[in-house]
Amino acid sequence: MKSVFSRRAVLGSLSVLGLGLLTGCDSNKPSFKYAKDLSNTIMGRSFKLKDPQGETRMLTNYRGVVVMIFFGFTQCPAVCPTALARAVKIKKLMGRDGDRLQVIFITLDPERDTPKVLDAYVKAFDPSFQALYGTLEQTAATAKEFGVFYEKIPSGDTYTLSHTATSYVYDSLGRLRLSLSASLTAQECAEDLLTVMEVRS
Amino acid sequence: MNPNHAKKINNQRLKQLFLSVSLLTLAGQAAAQSQVNISEPWVRATVAGQQATGAFMTLTATSDSKLISATSPAAKIVQIHESSMKNDVMSMQQVESVELPTGKAVSLSPHGYHVMLIDLVAQVKEGDKVPLTLTVEDAKGEKQSIQVEAPARALGAPEHSKMH
Repeated sequence: MKSVFSRRAVLGSLSVLGLGLLTGCDSNKPSFKYAKDLSNTIMGRSFKLKDPQGETRMLTNYRGVVVMIFFGFTQCPAVCPTALARAVKIKKLMGRDGDRLQVIFITLDPERDTPKVLDAYVKAFDPSFQALYGTLEQTAATAKEFGVFYEKIPSGDTYTLSHTATSYVYDSLGRLRLSLSASLTAQECAEDLLTVMEVRS
Repeated sequence: MNPNHAKKINNQRLKQLFLSVSLLTLAGQAAAQSQVNISEPWVRATVAGQQATGAFMTLTATSDSKLISATSPAAKIVQIHESSMKNDVMSMQQVESVELPTGKAVSLSPHGYHVMLIDLVAQVKEGDKVPLTLTVEDAKGEKQSIQVEAPARALGAPEHSKMH
């Protein structure tokens, strides 16, 4: 696959922009082109969930890599497979830096998403993706921590879920940095993720 | 036998024959001319143990109609859902029917109306042909069943429609 954009060119223009616009301001502050900057937002500071092997997972387990978190459920026909397919594309677009991106899928439907199904589901997209789950209470607490909305919608004898479709990004030091809207393209996400990787403030 | 009487019977027979031929022709036309044309049907493949998935396609009605239900041997429950995105929240809900105005290509996609296959009988593997029966109703209330075979695409298959 050819590189769709030159990372250097992108970062070069960002620095120039940064110099021009941020003189007098905090010059360490990176500018993100598409994502919402959450660097100064107090949310998503912690979570404690389990991976499909039953190991407890917290943010500290992901030091050294950039983490992109998406909330969803495996029965989702729409935005969940779309977001995970986009994550696959983002990783590819980032080239070798994509190896330093950990994609995490947190289920909002732990009653139906068993660890086995969750694991098979995320790995069908990319073997490096990781699924996390908690109890109903832990799921609710984690969603609240991120400001993620979700709601069970009854349909006949069963139910579906409405939920926030945003992806959240932590830098390699475990600090929440970005939220990526579901409307962004893989390339737009990749550009801002590379900025998160480059800037060490 | 009265020759007139014989003629009358013959005429009646002819009429009956004619009538049944016409009925057959009508039936044939109805079968050949579907009320709704369906293109590019597909189902998203699942992993083992996954309980539900979506079916997608484009429907074009030859006269004002609506899609009122669907069934499939692949799932115990089949429903029509609508997803929509507002403020980056995806909302999902079951709907009664989908309007199919004359000549308008209405797409059933992950980002709008779609068919939900719930309580899957078995894993849907990439390349499987999933049979679906859609029931559509025209403006006069006449119902028609349409058979579709939707091939299963990979779980992570890219979509043809854009999200916005």
